[in-house]
Amino acid sequence: MSTPLSASVEVGTVTARPRLAAGFWRRALRHRSFVTGGTLSLMVLCAALLSLVWTPWSAYEIDVASKLRPPSAAHWLGTDVLGRDIVSLLLVGARSTIMVGIIAVGIGLTFGVCLGLIAAARKGWTEELIMRMSDFTFAFPAVLSAIMLAAVAGPGMVTSIIAIGIFQIPTLVRLTRGSANAIWAREFVLAARASGKGGFRITIEHVLPNVLPILIVQGTIQFALAILAEAALSYLGLGTQPPQPSWGRMLNDAQTLLFQSPMLAVYPGAAIAIAVLGLNLLGDGLRDLLDPRLARER
Amino acid sequence: MSVSANAPLIEVRDLGVRLNTSRGPAKAVRGVSFSLKRGETLGLVGESGCGKSVTALALMGLLPDSAVISGSIRLDGSELVGLSDANYCKLRGNRISMIFQEPMTALNPMHTIGRQVAEPLRRHTNCSAAEARKEAFALLDRVGLPDAAKRVDAYPHQFSGGQRQRVTIAMALACQPDVLIADEPTTALDVTIQGQILDLIADLVAERGMSMVLISHDLGVIAENVQRMMVMYGGTVVESGATNAVFTRMGHPYTQGLFRARPRLGARKGTRLQTIAGTVPELADLPAGCTFADRCAIVEDRCRVALPAEVDVGAGHGVRCVRTDVSMAEAVGVSGA
Repeated sequence: MSTPLSASVEVGTVTARPRLAAGFWRRALRHRSFVTGGTLSLMVLCAALLSLVWTPWSAYEIDVASKLRPPSAAHWLGTDVLGRDIVSLLLVGARSTIMVGIIAVGIGLTFGVCLGLIAAARKGWTEELIMRMSDFTFAFPAVLSAIMLAAVAGPGMVTSIIAIGIFQIPTLVRLTRGSANAIWAREFVLAARASGKGGFRITIEHVLPNVLPILIVQGTIQFALAILAEAALSYLGLGTQPPQPSWGRMLNDAQTLLFQSPMLAVYPGAAIAIAVLGLNLLGDGLRDLLDPRLARER
Repeated sequence: MSVSANAPLIEVRDLGVRLNTSRGPAKAVRGVSFSLKRGETLGLVGESGCGKSVTALALMGLLPDSAVISGSIRLDGSELVGLSDANYCKLRGNRISMIFQEPMTALNPMHTIGRQVAEPLRRHTNCSAAEARKEAFALLDRVGLPDAAKRVDAYPHQFSGGQRQRVTIAMALACQPDVLIADEPTTALDVTIQGQILDLIADLVAERGMSMVLISHDLGVIAENVQRMMVMYGGTVVESGATNAVFTRMGHPYTQGLFRARPRLGARKGTRLQTIAGTVPELADLPAGCTFADRCAIVEDRCRVALPAEVDVGAGHGVRCVRTDVSMAEAVGVSGA
């Protein structure tokens, strides 16, 4: 082999257990889309964290006298129709965006991946049942299921999180099952069976690690979709309720003033774009970095 | 372990496998019988689709759920056909192991080779992670992986094909199995590496007193590595016996055809390789009589009536042909060629 072993592999000892992670950060910092995506995502995360301790103005304080101000030293990006500081609203809005994204994608991944792995491992009627149920769920768009849920439980952040989470499940079930089926057909799974492993262990030890890179990429895309769905639901008045700010609600509020103050729509729009772009790039980078075959030093 | 040294370790009686294919049910294996004592080696030879690998997978209990298995497979006297998957899992990798054809794909790309070799040990024995790791290191060293100590934490893509096959051999041998099934272990490797790997397998089989079933389409590989051999065609065993006997007194026209079709050094320039005319019959649509009838030079009407019974032509050398009188006479010319 001409490729030298990566320096993370310890030489001359059998007991030490170096891991892929050892060289991870060194490679990560050289990966362009990982760095760009990571920076953008980190910005959004920092904004959300910062809003917990500090915002330039209160995001809930209404000051109609100073409404629709242009950017100034006091209000960096100006104020909205109720005189609230745009920067403060964006910072606090990042919070709901991230919360909805994480919880909804968490719901989607947990159920979607489990069901997908079960479908691929068990086949037969179990697979049929899971796939038909996911087709059924897939037939309802997130907005529709959110409206139905809101009708039952009332609109709000929790409702929108659950609706978005449920909406994510079928996509992830299909992706997981499809990728897992491809792994099950590989010879190393046959070899694992030949070494005496059962379906559960093969799923956990062989199938899951091999579909994980795909799931991570899809997870970041789903996160971006969740952010968009949250914005859409808030825009429709079904998501985050006033006075709690969210980027979707800000877009909603800006709609009526699109011709007087177009910038009011641009700011939250740009924030959503940054978050979505950042996550997509981050996902791309993670996929490359998590694949040991691509981990070679160049 | 075994009751006595002379009792067969593996005994297969009238094994039949029916697979459900898109073209309907296919009799992939019919009436295969053999037995192996501890330390014995058996070769399975035949062209693609003749049922060699299906026989191996049947032994391992790894056929798809839809496959219908008949007959009997006994390991140390206990029946394996119909054994529950949970119980089979306890045998696989522990008492029966398998080496696969493609070392490039038989290893999980996401795990280090040390972990993959240690896994069967962790699964079947009570050893700790550290012990398993030490044992994995010893095994990798034994199979001749260069710099095993340094490379135990490397990933499969960092190895060449021959090195990977050494790793899969280490994996298969981890729990000191009684039976090793090697399904074309060298087909995917360079010729120069083939010999090394086969020698390694032969050494390990002798060293550990294992029984081995070696599957190959290469007559040379079979001739040099096994004591007994079976020639398979269309899901049936057409000829079986001691390797020497089969090679010196080829009784079946198919065996002779295979032998003639091998490339030879020193053949005159421009000499074409001999082939066996025709194609392998569809397993989903097998003829009533001898499966080789359509390609056989000495076929008679009675060949097409029913599958010929095995004829013993001496010293455990069996031939499934009704015209052994003619074919055996011809064999003298073939093996001399």
